[in-house]
Amino acid sequence: MSSLPAGPRCEESLDEPLTFIRPSRGWRTLDLRELWAYRELVYFLVWRDIKVRYKQTALGASWAIIQPFFTMVVFSLFFGRLAGVPSDGLPYPVFSFAALVPWTLFATGLTMSAASLVGNQDLLKKVYFPRLAIPLAPVLAAVVDFAIAFTVLLGMMWFYGIVPGLEALALVPLLTLTLVTSLAVGLWLSALNVRYRDVRYALPFLVQLWLFLTPIAYPSSLLDEPWRTLYAINPMVGVVEGFRWALLGTDTAPGPMILVSSLAALALLAGGAFYFRRLERTFADLV
Amino acid sequence: MSHAIVAEGIGKKYRIGASLDPRRTLREAIVDFVGSVARRLRSPIASSTGAGEAPTTFWALRDVSFQVPKGEALGIIGHNGAGKSTLLKILSRITEPTVGEARVRGRVGSLLEVGTGFHSELTGRENVFLSGAVLGMKRAEILRKFEEIVEFAEVSAFIDTPVKHYSSGMYLRLAFSVAAHLEPDVLIIDEVLAVGDENFQHKCLGRMKTVTQTGRTVIFVSHNLSAVRTLCRQALVLDRGQVADRGTAVECVQRYASLAGGSVTEWQRPDHLPSTGALLLTSVESELGGHQPHLRLDLTLQFLSRAPHPPAFVAVDILDALGTPLMQALPRLDGFIGERQGIERVRMEIDLPPLIPDTYFLNVWAGSHNTQTLDQVERVVGFQVTESPTPGRAFPHTPDHGHVVPPSRVRLLDR
Repeated sequence: MSSLPAGPRCEESLDEPLTFIRPSRGWRTLDLRELWAYRELVYFLVWRDIKVRYKQTALGASWAIIQPFFTMVVFSLFFGRLAGVPSDGLPYPVFSFAALVPWTLFATGLTMSAASLVGNQDLLKKVYFPRLAIPLAPVLAAVVDFAIAFTVLLGMMWFYGIVPGLEALALVPLLTLTLVTSLAVGLWLSALNVRYRDVRYALPFLVQLWLFLTPIAYPSSLLDEPWRTLYAINPMVGVVEGFRWALLGTDTAPGPMILVSSLAALALLAGGAFYFRRLERTFADLV
Repeated sequence: MSHAIVAEGIGKKYRIGASLDPRRTLREAIVDFVGSVARRLRSPIASSTGAGEAPTTFWALRDVSFQVPKGEALGIIGHNGAGKSTLLKILSRITEPTVGEARVRGRVGSLLEVGTGFHSELTGRENVFLSGAVLGMKRAEILRKFEEIVEFAEVSAFIDTPVKHYSSGMYLRLAFSVAAHLEPDVLIIDEVLAVGDENFQHKCLGRMKTVTQTGRTVIFVSHNLSAVRTLCRQALVLDRGQVADRGTAVECVQRYASLAGGSVTEWQRPDHLPSTGALLLTSVESELGGHQPHLRLDLTLQFLSRAPHPPAFVAVDILDALGTPLMQALPRLDGFIGERQGIERVRMEIDLPPLIPDTYFLNVWAGSHNTQTLDQVERVVGFQVTESPTPGRAFPHTPDHGHVVPPSRVRLLDR
């Protein structure tokens, strides 16, 4: 059996990439370049998730509004009215809804992402592409639901006569922060879910717990500094307080919180991505 | 000559009842890796059951090495569980080898099933794009080939209907058509040919043939031995995870077919066959006797009559190793089996025509009318002819000139 010359790379041409198939060990690089090369596939997966999302449902895309809206109604009644939870001087409904809209994006993206590897096992077992595309697509697809719910939020702001200032431009990085957080947790959970289906049962519980650990029904201004900034280790704290500040003009000065949240989210994302890549090689065999 | 694929010592170990303790997993992996390297240093062909191997692991593939020159088609043959699918998964990078290395030159496309990426809620048009992208096509490429894909699949009228409303034939045709228009440098195909009706299968085979003849490197796995023979020049036979044979596709198919159960002379109805019919073939014994050109096949067929049915008669097809029917024995045309319920044994004696040395298989059919099948079982038993029907013939027979050597005479006419 003759073997190739020792330096195979010298034969490599642009049209004919040389692929090495060999056992990998330990931690692997993220190989984002390959993911970029497959960007069209990511686009199609996002497009599929959006298309299929509300197929064969009676209410269709209204679900994107119903969920956060009715949560807001319940919160307003019980926390705002009955318990008298403070809302940074804003009408309680718009105070909680401005938080629920990015929260729903996070929760939807996370839930779909966590189930994505198991849900796409046919693909995992039958065709190769960078596996990161699978948990990434549902997170991006959730942006459509977010956009729908966001228009309702704008309607509510109009109703209460709230006009956002230039701070609203901060929504773009805040939206990115939400997606990063959602993807980060999604990467951890989707990879874990391949091996331990417990994730499926733990997930609703986790999301619910996280909802109450995030200042959605209540303001983070209940905490004094430095605890308030420390609280932002939960990346959704920075997102939620950032949204309220950017849209509703709360004077909570969330800068430090957003910074802490961003750092926490990036750490979570990096860890999730490397953990995902490490387990990736076992996906097709274990799923 | 440059090679598109070079595989060296590829092995894949699976764990039975996977252990959930990652530390144990890692430790075992290292121990096994070191062990397998040591074994390979000692002997180039590792044994399939190494000493000291944990009983919870098994090697789906072991020490598989081969090369495929650029532009060639390699067929892979083997029984179920021989490791064919595992090998394809490794070459398509779906799963990693446990040991060994393969180098693949060029863009790889793999078709391990028909309809990869299809979503039943989406329309035919949407699925063409989705499946195309999943299989590795660029959007522009799909757009360019779209008309061709739809036309080939013969589903133009329904292209905007969700595929969940398609008949299974339409679905498979569209799915295959997307896959068939994939144009990578290296194409890896598993069993995709087994789709659709006979007409479409023919079309698929034709398409595969064009693909293999356009300079693409192809790896092709199929149970359809004659497809492997037609499409591939070279072949590899896998048996229990190891390379059992290699060579030209024609030779490999020949040798493989003659091994694949040709000497099985007894058959019992296996559990996986349906057993709800009124009349069931439960066992077959065969015995080949006599000498060329007067070979005789004696069969003992046992039937179980489970419920009332019109009396049945029996037909036996004789096929060559590739499954092509050669002849049918049909000694009685009136029903005579199963007038009472219970077990009945039938003796059938078949005077064989002068057959060339090869492996042959039998299909058994029982029914009450030529359109009224009560039971049929394929490839129940086989027999092997070793003697040439022509006394004194020293050079070998080949199926290329048929399987039957008719008795013939020749003489010079007077001048």
